[in-house]
Amino acid sequence: MFRLEARSSTPAWFNLALPLLAIVATLVLCSGLIALAGAGVLESYGVMFTASLGDSYAITETLVRAAPMIFTGLAVAVAFRAKFWNIGAEGQLLAGAVASCFVGAIPMPGPLAMLLMALAGAAAGAAVALVPATLRVRFKVDDVVSSLLLNSVIYYALMALIEGPWKDSFSGYPISPPIEDSANFPVLIEGTRLHLGVVVALVAAPLIWFLIVRTTLGFRIRVTGENPEAARYGGIHVERVLLSTALLSGALAGLAGVGEVGGVHFQVMSDISPGYGYSGIVVAMLARLNPLGVVPAAIFLAAVMTGAEAMSRATGVPAFLSDVIQGTALLAMLVALLFTAYRIRRVGAVS
Amino acid sequence: MSAPLIEMRGVTKSFGAVKANEAVELIVAPGEILGLLGENGAGKTTLMNILFGAYAPDAGEILIQGQPARITSSADALAAGIGMVHQHFHLAPRLTVLENLLIGIPGRSGRIDRAGGLARLAEISRQYGLTLDPDLPVSALSVGEQQRLEIVKALFRGAKLLILDEPTAVLAPSEVDGLFSALRSMAAQGLGIIFISHKLNEVRALTHRCTVLRHGRVAGRVDDPANTTSAAMAELMCGHEIVPPARGPSTPGAEVLKLDGISTSKHSGTALRDVSLVVRAGEILGIAGVSGNGQRALAEVISGVRAPNAGRMAIAGHDVARFSPREVQALGLGRIPEDRMTTGLVTNLPLADSMVLPRIGTAAFSAKGLLKPDAIRAFAEEQIKAYDIRCPGPMVRAGALSGGNLQKALLARELAFDPKVLIVSQPTRGLDIGAARFIHEKFLAMRAKGCGIIVIGEDLEELLVLCDRIAVMYEGRIAGTLASADATVARLGLLMTGAEGHG
Ligand SMILES: Nc1ncnc2c1ncn2[C@@H]1O[C@H](COP(=O)(O)OP(=O)(O)O)[C@@H](O)[C@H]1O
Ligand SMILES: [Mg+2]
Repeated sequence: MFRLEARSSTPAWFNLALPLLAIVATLVLCSGLIALAGAGVLESYGVMFTASLGDSYAITETLVRAAPMIFTGLAVAVAFRAKFWNIGAEGQLLAGAVASCFVGAIPMPGPLAMLLMALAGAAAGAAVALVPATLRVRFKVDDVVSSLLLNSVIYYALMALIEGPWKDSFSGYPISPPIEDSANFPVLIEGTRLHLGVVVALVAAPLIWFLIVRTTLGFRIRVTGENPEAARYGGIHVERVLLSTALLSGALAGLAGVGEVGGVHFQVMSDISPGYGYSGIVVAMLARLNPLGVVPAAIFLAAVMTGAEAMSRATGVPAFLSDVIQGTALLAMLVALLFTAYRIRRVGAVS
Repeated sequence: MSAPLIEMRGVTKSFGAVKANEAVELIVAPGEILGLLGENGAGKTTLMNILFGAYAPDAGEILIQGQPARITSSADALAAGIGMVHQHFHLAPRLTVLENLLIGIPGRSGRIDRAGGLARLAEISRQYGLTLDPDLPVSALSVGEQQRLEIVKALFRGAKLLILDEPTAVLAPSEVDGLFSALRSMAAQGLGIIFISHKLNEVRALTHRCTVLRHGRVAGRVDDPANTTSAAMAELMCGHEIVPPARGPSTPGAEVLKLDGISTSKHSGTALRDVSLVVRAGEILGIAGVSGNGQRALAEVISGVRAPNAGRMAIAGHDVARFSPREVQALGLGRIPEDRMTTGLVTNLPLADSMVLPRIGTAAFSAKGLLKPDAIRAFAEEQIKAYDIRCPGPMVRAGALSGGNLQKALLARELAFDPKVLIVSQPTRGLDIGAARFIHEKFLAMRAKGCGIIVIGEDLEELLVLCDRIAVMYEGRIAGTLASADATVARLGLLMTGAEGHG
């Protein structure tokens, strides 16, 4: 017989082993679904792998997809560190996209436009995140619920915008006017879609890591998240820390939207995010809220997304498998986290 | 003597490199109250967890009424008649007393047997004098009542052996008497009891025999605790003699803390009503009183987490204006909280983080918003060495440390910055004699250096040893203040009940 026993410390290699374990478990669990759909498991995963990481072009496509999830993953990781339960990265991303599209459509020199787009997008995301944080600090409103519900509010506001004032009067499609060509983010490798925003995302991760680990703000975020009472007695303004965290988190999620507008779509439409905000939660959990871990976790999910489409074309397994893999990965990771607090022991061998 | 109820033979258990128990032998007879003694970390809880099936021993065996038993889960233990009241209770706060008793007890045809439960509860209450209102939710019970419920829960499941892990650490002195009379009546009716406590006077008053653990091994046994001195038992526990610290004459200096007519709202717990007191440099002022008479509000006001409605407070001659923790700390206040785990440390983060928490924004540990990780680490390492804090290093999770070591860490973090005033609540609650003595010595050393100390406590003997003056709180007021030369347990006790009127 086996049982769980509390452990007093967690070995460092768990940080790497647990996500890998969760991913392996996910692939094993999902292979059952592939088999049910009548396709070969190894073949399907093979197609997924080749299509997402098999050659340099595929890798650039995966990175382009990973970029917004790096930002939303960082947004969630920062928020969760402070136990500000920001489930609203999706809405913050959309707000960032709208704001940057608005700025990007104003004629001005390219570099200035890009800078202002980033600032506007970050500010919009931050403003949205400030709502649930303020409600929590002021009125003790549950931030999970308020940040989640706000996603729908922002989404419908965006729809109202592109169905209304922004609607393309020529084609009648519900899409915003495009941003200025000069505001398009430069492509870094000719013939691919790898844009400047991807590099910014890759640089943001170590910067956020530095902020969390090496700055007094990061210290206050960590302490507030782990024990707000001790933080308060220690002279930390817990409310102020929560609001700062929300601003930072929302700004990061907003930047995800900026990258999609400036580097991928150059305009706003209703499906500009296939749930990158929600994927950010999976990314952050897989990364164990470590900003550096967010990069590989986002690349993994991006590979699953790009790979699943190719697999669907090649083997007939529905591309929804990508969503199933994401969900399973989150659950597997939550189960794996149990092992940070408990160990499995064989019992019954005692005479 | 009848056949032993429980016998543990050669029980050994390691956690990594730590040998928590090594070849431990322990016997409890029916009707016997066995004291289990040892310093913090001696392995008492581990041993009891093995008996209760929470840990599997690495070696050794357990005999129940002479028969080898295999206990691999708490369900096995309960089935074998072993009940345990843990240091931290395992109750469902939203459920009622009766519902908590019935959890996990199969009723007839899947339904809860309410009538049967009530009858059994009434029987247990009558038998041992343990009364509880079956329909109150657990969240409405006091700590003492919750403990009573844990005991009743074990008896409800037919326990013949009851394990109590430091039950008196959470009780007020008046509640201890009630617990003891219940335990005595259980023993009189043939139950075996294992009683863990650091308070040797309790052990001497209650137990029939004692087993003493030191570093996981049995250091000795005491066959007649009532006629053994506390000093002799303490020596068995620590392996060396414990000398009480000597408090020299006090030479009080300037006022370092002054409260003048402080009143608070009844926000949580008892409010303060017109409290005035003075602590001078180089003296220790005790605050005695039955807990719940405003001590918490007093500590909160002095710590700067709660602003009073009326009155003034000054630290080292400076008026406190905003009542924020940062402000009082900047004026020279240090603080050792009552509740180490909730308001003191961050259990999930490295110990070093907790040790610098209140001063993270100062030049010692950060500059321009950037931490100085090397300075933080060096500070923690230095204090770990200076205070002999037993831990693997500054980066270990704070929560992995024992209570005594956590208390030393908190002490180190406050004393390192030479506070002018130190406010301390229940400084040695849950600590063993050696650790308590160490803490007392540090306070006396600070006093000699001219620090003013205010100690909030329930243990009158401790206050009498430590303090120059003792003020008694009653219903949010200072009921009276005695110089400790004039104070006796009896006089203080009288003040604590409000008998001498308002001083
Ligand atoms: N789950 C655990 N993992 C690792 N070490 C432990 C665990 N539980 C207890 N220990 C260690 O075992 C020793 C004995 O602890 P414990 O039984 O709690 O002592 P006591 O109850 O006498 O204070 C201590 O050194 C403690 O740190
Ligand atoms: Mg213990």
